[in-house]
Amino acid sequence: MSIALQVENLNTFYGKSHILQGIGLEVREGEIVALLGRNGAGKSTTLKSVCGALRPAQGAIRFRGKDIAGWPAFRAAQEGLLLVPEDRGIFGLLTVEENLRISQRKGSPWSLKDIYRMFPRLEERRRNNGGQLSGGEQQMLSIARALLNHPRLLMLDEPVEGLAPVIVDEIVNQVLEIKQRGIPILIVEQNLAVCAKIADRNYIIELGKIAYHADAVTFANDDEARDRYLGVKAD
Amino acid sequence: MTYLFQIFNGIGIGMLYFLLAVGLSVIFGLLQFVNFAHGAFYLLGAYFTYDLVERGYSFWVAMPLAAIMVMALAALTEIVLLRRIYKLPHTFHILVTVGLALIIQEMTIIVWGPLGGNVPPPEGLNGVIIVGDFIYPEYRLFVIAFTAVLAVGLWWVLEGTRIGAIVRAGSESSENTALLGYNTLRINSAVFGLGAGLAGLAGALAAPIRGVEPFMGLEALGIAFVVVVIGGMGSYTGALLAGILVGVTQSVMASLWPEGARLMIYLGMALVIVAMPRGLLGRA
Ligand SMILES: Nc1ncnc2c1ncn2[C@@H]1O[C@H](COP(=O)(O)OP(=O)(O)OP(=O)(O)O)[C@@H](O)[C@H]1O
Ligand SMILES: [Mg+2]
Repeated sequence: MSIALQVENLNTFYGKSHILQGIGLEVREGEIVALLGRNGAGKSTTLKSVCGALRPAQGAIRFRGKDIAGWPAFRAAQEGLLLVPEDRGIFGLLTVEENLRISQRKGSPWSLKDIYRMFPRLEERRRNNGGQLSGGEQQMLSIARALLNHPRLLMLDEPVEGLAPVIVDEIVNQVLEIKQRGIPILIVEQNLAVCAKIADRNYIIELGKIAYHADAVTFANDDEARDRYLGVKAD
Repeated sequence: MTYLFQIFNGIGIGMLYFLLAVGLSVIFGLLQFVNFAHGAFYLLGAYFTYDLVERGYSFWVAMPLAAIMVMALAALTEIVLLRRIYKLPHTFHILVTVGLALIIQEMTIIVWGPLGGNVPPPEGLNGVIIVGDFIYPEYRLFVIAFTAVLAVGLWWVLEGTRIGAIVRAGSESSENTALLGYNTLRINSAVFGLGAGLAGLAGALAAPIRGVEPFMGLEALGIAFVVVVIGGMGSYTGALLAGILVGVTQSVMASLWPEGARLMIYLGMALVIVAMPRGLLGRA
């Protein structure tokens, strides 16, 4: 399978603190890759550095045949590398529909109609302001915006964090549908049950480095790795 | 009847204040940037109009051309200078833009002299309208009508179009706007140019009413801030309401107690700050 995104030796600083210390990973066409790690390990920093929301000090990022390291976030987004950020990035004073409309880009396989079919709740609330949505609705809106924006690779930062189990299931199903439509996904997720359901491969990040890497089956049976890197006891 | 005359005058001037204030307010909303050079763009709009009319151009050419020139100049200033200081504390914004305002004002004096001049009302609108015993200059009526149409158009652009939604999104978070693929640097320059261009247009429209002189920019800056504070930062209808309130107060006071006109306005602003710190129609 061809490689959609390849990251090598990514180094990022916040001021003087050296947060990412040589991250390397890849996402192939058609797969879902999960990035795991404890709080503060550098997962969000990795996604932000890849899409240009943060400027990495060093590293190569190849996306669709281009080295996009150092590109500003808007250019990476125009290229189809779309981040659904941890805080969801909703415009609270714009209506749901305005949030969606400013995200529409020519050529996207998803239309507003498709979005309302996938997320009926967004249609019901389309005249509400983004700030009035529940956490789950905001997450749906954030994913929906990325879909309208013609994604070639989607990066989701903890999309089900803090959501009720029904909503988690709904979002998991939508993520799988997006994968079916051929969009590769790099997802940061703490919830191992969710990871097991969707991820084809897993990376674990520890103190700004990739400490572990395995495909889904290997990882599912590797109690020791989960205990050691994530502090999850085998049961 | 004299009051009706003053009230009409006040509405006309108030609409110009609205144009000034709405530019200031949108720029602050998007960039969190305090622009003390805003009055200088008004000054330039008036002087460009004056200059073009002196050179023999029709006012109908001079007025839009002056606004466009101010817009281009402001966008250029934003690209070359101002975008470098957004991230610095507000004191730097004040320092740099006050400096810019002084440079523009002094340049105006160097180029056009310290005395100022007059711009005749444009052809076709230099007469008066008579309704019963109410007599009113046509040009001033035109200013009221034109700015009213402009106000509605601007409101529609900001609230009803995709471009307006992008500007509002940028005002909430430029990072999140960039994540959707928008070049926020370019949006910033465009909005800054547009806001300054509105100030320039207000200056161009004001020129036939009040003439031009080098200190009109300073006065306009003070008024624009008063209007934004009274109306509420970031509130479009607030700027409109406050602009007209200030204009009418000024105009009516000018015939009752001229020395007190300014006092009333600043007193009004102080009252609003104490009683409703977010302004009459400001958002929470
Ligand atoms: N804006 C910032 N300034 C300085 N340090 C930061 C900033 N944002 C994050 N950090 C630090 O960088 C490290 C990595 O943060 P990051 O947000 O990438 O972690 P994470 O793996 O996403 O954690 P979480 O699971 O809590 O979301 C942490 O130690 C954090 O304290
Ligand atoms: Mg995080």
